[in-house]
Amino acid sequence: MSHDVYELSGVRCRELLESGEASATELVQAYLDRMRGVDGQVGAYLLTNEEAALRQAAAIDAKPAEERGPWEGVPIAVKDILATKGVETTCASRILSGYRPPYDATAIRKLNEAGLIILGKLNMDEFAMGSSTENSAFQPTRNPWDLERVPGGSSGGSAAAVAAAETPWALGTDTGGSIRQPASLCGVVGLKPTYGAVSRYGLIAFASSLDQIGPLTRTVSDAAALLGIVEGQDPLDSTSTGLREPIRLPTERDLAGRRFGVIKEFLGEAIDSGVREVFNDACKTIEVLGGVVEEVSLPSVERGIAAYYIIAPAEASSNLARFDGVRYGYRSDEGEDLLSMYTHTRSEGFGPEVKRRIMIGTYVLSAGYYEAYYGQAQRTRTLIIQDFNRTFADYDYLISPTSPSVAFKLGERTADPLAMYLSDLCTIPVNLAGLPAISLPAGFSQGLPVGLHMISPHFGEQALVDAAHALEQKFQLGARPALTEVTE
Amino acid sequence: MSGGHGANGEYEAVIGLEIHVQLKTNTKMFCSCAVTFGEEPNTRVCPICLGHPGSLPVTNERAVEYATRIALALDCGIAHHTIFHRKNYFYPDLPKGYQISQYDLPLGVGGHLDVELEDGSTHRVGITRVHMEEDAGKLVHAGGATGRIHGADYSLVDFNRGGTPLVEIVTEPDIRSSEQARFFLNHLKNLIEHLGVSDVNMEEGSLRCDANVSVRRPGEPLGTKTELKNMNSFRFLARGLEAEIERQLSDLEAGEPVRQATVHFDPSTGSISVLRSKEEAHDYRYFPEPDLVPIVLDEAFIEKRRAELPELPAARKERLMEQYALSAYDAGVLAGNRSLGDYFERVAAEGDAKLAANWVMGDFSAYLNAQGLTVEESPVAPEDLAELLRLIADGTISGKLAKDVFATMAESGQKPGQIVEERGLGQISDKGALEAIVAGIVDANPSAAAEYRSGNKKVMGFFVGQVMKETKGRANPQLANSLLRKALEA
Repeated sequence: MSHDVYELSGVRCRELLESGEASATELVQAYLDRMRGVDGQVGAYLLTNEEAALRQAAAIDAKPAEERGPWEGVPIAVKDILATKGVETTCASRILSGYRPPYDATAIRKLNEAGLIILGKLNMDEFAMGSSTENSAFQPTRNPWDLERVPGGSSGGSAAAVAAAETPWALGTDTGGSIRQPASLCGVVGLKPTYGAVSRYGLIAFASSLDQIGPLTRTVSDAAALLGIVEGQDPLDSTSTGLREPIRLPTERDLAGRRFGVIKEFLGEAIDSGVREVFNDACKTIEVLGGVVEEVSLPSVERGIAAYYIIAPAEASSNLARFDGVRYGYRSDEGEDLLSMYTHTRSEGFGPEVKRRIMIGTYVLSAGYYEAYYGQAQRTRTLIIQDFNRTFADYDYLISPTSPSVAFKLGERTADPLAMYLSDLCTIPVNLAGLPAISLPAGFSQGLPVGLHMISPHFGEQALVDAAHALEQKFQLGARPALTEVTE
Repeated sequence: MSGGHGANGEYEAVIGLEIHVQLKTNTKMFCSCAVTFGEEPNTRVCPICLGHPGSLPVTNERAVEYATRIALALDCGIAHHTIFHRKNYFYPDLPKGYQISQYDLPLGVGGHLDVELEDGSTHRVGITRVHMEEDAGKLVHAGGATGRIHGADYSLVDFNRGGTPLVEIVTEPDIRSSEQARFFLNHLKNLIEHLGVSDVNMEEGSLRCDANVSVRRPGEPLGTKTELKNMNSFRFLARGLEAEIERQLSDLEAGEPVRQATVHFDPSTGSISVLRSKEEAHDYRYFPEPDLVPIVLDEAFIEKRRAELPELPAARKERLMEQYALSAYDAGVLAGNRSLGDYFERVAAEGDAKLAANWVMGDFSAYLNAQGLTVEESPVAPEDLAELLRLIADGTISGKLAKDVFATMAESGQKPGQIVEERGLGQISDKGALEAIVAGIVDANPSAAAEYRSGNKKVMGFFVGQVMKETKGRANPQLANSLLRKALEA
């Protein structure tokens, strides 16, 4: 039998497996075929796990149905920032090429325990630093809606793979918007959970106080389901808390009585008119569904990017110090002594954006500058948290466009890091405050997807997916990217 | 001991110590690898202590408890809210490129330790701070002349030690001589031994000491300090400090100012080498460790740790004097070494405390020293020594014979009663048996007997000697004396 992979979601795969309409092997094969057909154009995968995936699928198919877990046999793909035992994990960096972790990330372990089948590892900006996936040391990823355009980043491989139906769903990570922005640009759902909801153990750290693992999916239900599989307090991550209650699949159809605050500061000149139009239409839809929409001001969020580009590089400069060529990964053959071995290894192993952030981070933590930069950024972060807390006293959700623009062309912003940094204008403050947020496909501008960004209070994931589900049902966006499968 | 440096004795040394203590926890500071010593290299490691990408630290609660005990024993104030910082620098023994340590919110601050000096006076050394951190791995440099990384053919790293919990204790610059430093460190070592939280063994590296050293004329502001490293024994600590004080003085006397530097003591030559100038020192870029949540220590936690504190050496000394009527000196020696003090108390529990103190500090300690053994390694159990002392006290054996019996106990591990029995060493206190021997000896030596009777009482010594010879030293001396007198004067 053959399946139209565009019709599949994670939840749908589960239903097909449960009803016996599809075997795990058939599902895996369908996605491997799809990958073969389109990934030459999209470039979402850095590594495919073909043999192991088929082996696992066959083993699951051989099991009596009553012995299978609910998600057993559903395929998935993961961002190459998550440690997979014995399977190359590179963070799309030359410095980790060939690196096979001796352990599984907790999120990966949870996928394995649930019986999901990992199809492969997905491309990203090197060490999750970037908003276009152009910073991958290995390959660019292209937007399935327009192959001339970027998929966003840093989880661009995850977003593109889901959009191109090369996997039913995927895991990504979000430090400043790295799940939500590519989800928006690729027309998929991206959920960044509350900081601590998902264990970071095995997530190769970019900025430890901001990083969070989350789902990129075709539907809001899938986002809820996948979050339910990977969330949980983890003794191996002392900053992890898990969700407060298990998340349920959303069933809501209306938004009666829910209060939505439109963040005024996120609707400035930086937002493209086409994006603004889709956003305004989404606000009207919210009202149609019974929600109340009001404009609200959070003055501190305008300082979000500035604070972020101090805190994140500061943490990154320290997190990336371990890549020194001594124990694993790339080591330069050049170098006469210890210092020159370090210098050559890191100069050759890291790409330009990573180096830029290491330098910024090193600078802002230096003696004499710490207070003026890092100290000030932390105080700003506190103000942003206070602004959100204050506003959530009056609103259930805060909303904005996810990205100021639709997907831009490859190369368009690579020469201008500041323009690239602005891609995350609306998403960054959410990470600084540790809040959950979702990007939901809300429409199209110039034929390219536009995402609606919804933020809720800490551990408000259930309310978030409930509202997003109601909107998703109303939007009914049926369009598919026009990708032609190449047959060899 | 203080003052008196320089040609005319006009300079004094100002010394502060930085002491690292490895905690005796089962597992490492931030992962579940076993804390061990002397295992095969890189066998006690995991993704966390090897700094694999994506791995995260989790604080060892027991280590926090142990560190709190140390801080409390040093009379520090305990922080209710304490956090870890990252200390960033590159070195191959540091797998993450940073050490998880503490910076401006350490566990304990503002304590002190009172140190009794040789002359019996007490010297108070302030404790600036007590903080927690993780140990680095160990580098072995192969080839090259110095055993240091510079000039080595290659270097190997053993990460077994990496991640071992450390407590760093920083003193105020309250120490004025190498002697004082040695006494302080000895007191600190003994204190921590009493707490049972570390082996505090300098040779094995579970106790390490660096020093900040400067010299000045008394009353003047502090001079420029150097950081003295690599003093891995008590002897080297004293010698290293003396060498560095001398070096600084000779600089000053030559009209050269002391330069801020890290200096290294070479025990083989007794000389000081200047490692690096502090001007080019690392900027460690400390910032709060985002992978760990703050440690909140409430009153209940702190009081629980306080209640866990055993009797500390100063209190123990007082009690030993009180309870066992020991001299201040004896009590000081026994309270100055936890294991020796414990051993003494177990021996003394069953008999004469003064005799026990004499034996534990005398023959027992001498034997251990000669064999290079610790108290824990003693082949003689305290119960056995107590039995030996009972045999002396009840007259079964003489004090002199007891020394031989002790030697046999130490060698063979036999019980004293058994040795005395097997070798027939018990004193002959049987009047009848001894009377017969005495009568025989008096009969066999008529001329000596006559001499005695004519008034030469010194001949008594000869007769006692004969009795001892006959009984192989087992005759009860008092009884033998009185029986001889009776026989000769009859």
